Amino acid sequence: MSISIKNLTYIYDQGSPFETMALEDVNLEIEKGEFVGLIGHTGSGKSTLIQHMNGLIKPTMGQIIVNGFNITEDKVKLSEIRKKVGLVFQYPEYQLFEETVYKDIAFGPTNLGLDKEEIDIRVRNAMDIVSLDFEEYKEKSPFELSGGQKRRAAIAGVLAMEPEVLILDEPTAGLDPRGRDEILSQIKRLHDEKKITVILVSHSMEDIAKLVDRIIVMHNGKIELTGPKEEVFKHSKRLEEIGLGLPQILYLVNALRAKGIPIDENVIAFDAIKSEILKLVGGKHA
Amino acid sequence: MIDIKSVGYTYETTEYKSKAIDMIDLNIKKGEFVAIIGHNGSGKSTLAKLINGILLPTHGTILVAGLDTKDSELIWEIRKTAGMVFQNPDNQIVATVVEEDVAFGPENLGLPQETIRTRVDESLKQVGMTEYMKKPPHLLSGGQKQRVAIAGILAMKPECIVLDEPTAMLDPVGRNEVMETIERLNKEEGITIVHITHFMEEVIKADRVVVIENGRIIIQGTPKEVFKEVDKLQDMGLDVPQVTLMAHSLRKEGIDVSDEILTVEEMVEELCRLV
Amino acid sequence: MLRDITIGQYYPADSFIHHLDARFKIIVSFLFIISLFMINDFYQYIPVVIFVMLIVKISKVPFKYILKGLKPIMLILIFAFGINIFLTEGEVIFSFWILDITKEGLYQAFFMMMRLIFLITGTSLLTLTTSPIMLTDGLENLLNPFKKIGLPAHELAMMMTIALRFIPTLLKETDKIMKAQMARGADFESGNIFKRAKSLIPLLVPLFISAFRRADELAMAMEARCYRGGENRTRLKTLRYTKKDIIGLIFIGLYIASIIGVKIYL
Repeated sequence: MSISIKNLTYIYDQGSPFETMALEDVNLEIEKGEFVGLIGHTGSGKSTLIQHMNGLIKPTMGQIIVNGFNITEDKVKLSEIRKKVGLVFQYPEYQLFEETVYKDIAFGPTNLGLDKEEIDIRVRNAMDIVSLDFEEYKEKSPFELSGGQKRRAAIAGVLAMEPEVLILDEPTAGLDPRGRDEILSQIKRLHDEKKITVILVSHSMEDIAKLVDRIIVMHNGKIELTGPKEEVFKHSKRLEEIGLGLPQILYLVNALRAKGIPIDENVIAFDAIKSEILKLVGGKHA
Repeated sequence: MIDIKSVGYTYETTEYKSKAIDMIDLNIKKGEFVAIIGHNGSGKSTLAKLINGILLPTHGTILVAGLDTKDSELIWEIRKTAGMVFQNPDNQIVATVVEEDVAFGPENLGLPQETIRTRVDESLKQVGMTEYMKKPPHLLSGGQKQRVAIAGILAMKPECIVLDEPTAMLDPVGRNEVMETIERLNKEEGITIVHITHFMEEVIKADRVVVIENGRIIIQGTPKEVFKEVDKLQDMGLDVPQVTLMAHSLRKEGIDVSDEILTVEEMVEELCRLV
Repeated sequence: MLRDITIGQYYPADSFIHHLDARFKIIVSFLFIISLFMINDFYQYIPVVIFVMLIVKISKVPFKYILKGLKPIMLILIFAFGINIFLTEGEVIFSFWILDITKEGLYQAFFMMMRLIFLITGTSLLTLTTSPIMLTDGLENLLNPFKKIGLPAHELAMMMTIALRFIPTLLKETDKIMKAQMARGADFESGNIFKRAKSLIPLLVPLFISAFRRADELAMAMEARCYRGGENRTRLKTLRYTKKDIIGLIFIGLYIASIIGVKIYL
């Protein structure tokens, strides 16, 4: 078990007239090595949830256990949590501050109190994961980089802490398709090679469908749906009601099924759908 | 409406020179909805700023409703005619109350008070934000802020609105709100739209798509014409709607699918014909 | 913590005070501040207390909200209190270590604290009941006569508007950057004062860069909306004195008279 959340409730401004329930009795289990997609429209509670997992917000009630380690206990050192859970915020390039890319990426490991050699290894590794050439970029100012490179340098800053769980809050927001694809493939590779647990928050159903194993849908501070992506995408009506949707290709599948064309509704990958369609039309045209 | 004639633009600082726009010819007709795509750094944002007269071409001329952007006496008339909406909703709202912000443009134009009042009310109605008139902008959602920004432009009674990635920072709900507003303004009010975006579902709604790369126009035409060039677009690192991609890859398998498919409905029809 | 700051914030409500002309309210606030410095004895606070209470009541701003505004200046209050209580010479009533508490000190400390509290409450009542736009318009209007001697009244007012507009945005951003750096192991809360000051660099650098970027984009957006300074600019709302201001004038007249009254007769 990588993450286990039990009866998590969080109330904003408790006791004031602005009191709001941001999370309500959330229960969640995430397996080690899972790639999970977290979706929900703005204000659904997903940001609050991921900040809890990193110890940035203390729950009003409930527990969060990361790899057997209860991070909600009072005496827990925050640095212990940071080693376990890495959190990449939205638009992470806005937190770059050092003079050089190297120093900025080293900020996290330095805070963990690691020695120089270990920090050096970690910075190199992190830059390698996000495909920033070490020699070329280490001495550059992070502010000279292009938009996509800045984003990657900022993500490297979290990766250098070598967390067991990596949470990314819309890592591709505002990027162009090329920048988006680069970052997503790097995350995918990191997950496949290092077997770390990844939680991806995204508004893009296409990206979610492509990358994750399981989807968690948040709505009004509660978990609305959770399950393998194939299962979750079957609830297209409900997803739309709560301001979400399906990848376009699945709308096609649904429309075809509605016309009585037999396509397996458990097939959601682009290539798999293509072969399904080929099976259908190929009969006539092959 | 907008006439871009062999325009070039070079950014120049003491340290470097970079050609952002390299010979562009483009004519945008009144009432047209033009989408501009291209990856970051392709020059599309520079082009938008050239139309509004924020930047002046280093080569060639741009005429907005017949007015030359290089003529410094016409600059306010041009900015009034071709309004501009930017990417970050937070960084273009000036005032602390929605209606005051919408009034900012007409106030700068020196219009009489009663005229400003009617224009503010009309513009907020056009973007569906009347009920938020007295609210402070920081309490609005991203989509609502962008609609306020659009209302602020509408209040200057522009003939054309240039939108530089107005949906890039929004969630899907906000994106829909903004797109519906833009489409309505184009269809019902006849306002010319130049829309820069990365989202394909927005591009297919345009009358014409212009693809820019390295400061040049690479492809242009109706969405159907442009998205026929699936391979070329993908080489440039641009997106293609999933159904278009599906049709394209089926064609590669020798299936006789139309190369003009942009929507789920069109694809369903096409496949029903084949099955 | 950042959510607690109410100084400079506007509390929208439909009250007599809210409808008064901003210029009038600014002048009254000045008079109020002057009146506070005229006071030199406790009982003279009686009209002040009545005046402030009445305005709070009429303004429909919840009393709790005003108290909340005092929270961030608590430190200053305690500091001022401490200085007065320990550093005033006089009849010693209590002493420990090297510190003496004197009767005069105690008196002085309470007296100063009340003055500070009323100073803050009075001025926050101005911002709580006047929309920022009206406030800046009022200031611009009042400063207009000084334009002749080169005072950039319009520019000052515009700067204030933009500052007020961006305060919530930047507060939110500060919170976000702080959390993002904390996620990278930054520690803003422990260590001595030098360590703490140093720990602010990862917060302040991104914040400044972001503020400059915002300023740059905002300037461009303003220009794109035909902004060219205060010349020939008209306004959606202009300030107009109404009958309400006359009633207000009578009210403030009574207040000043009562202050003078207590000073002379009590």
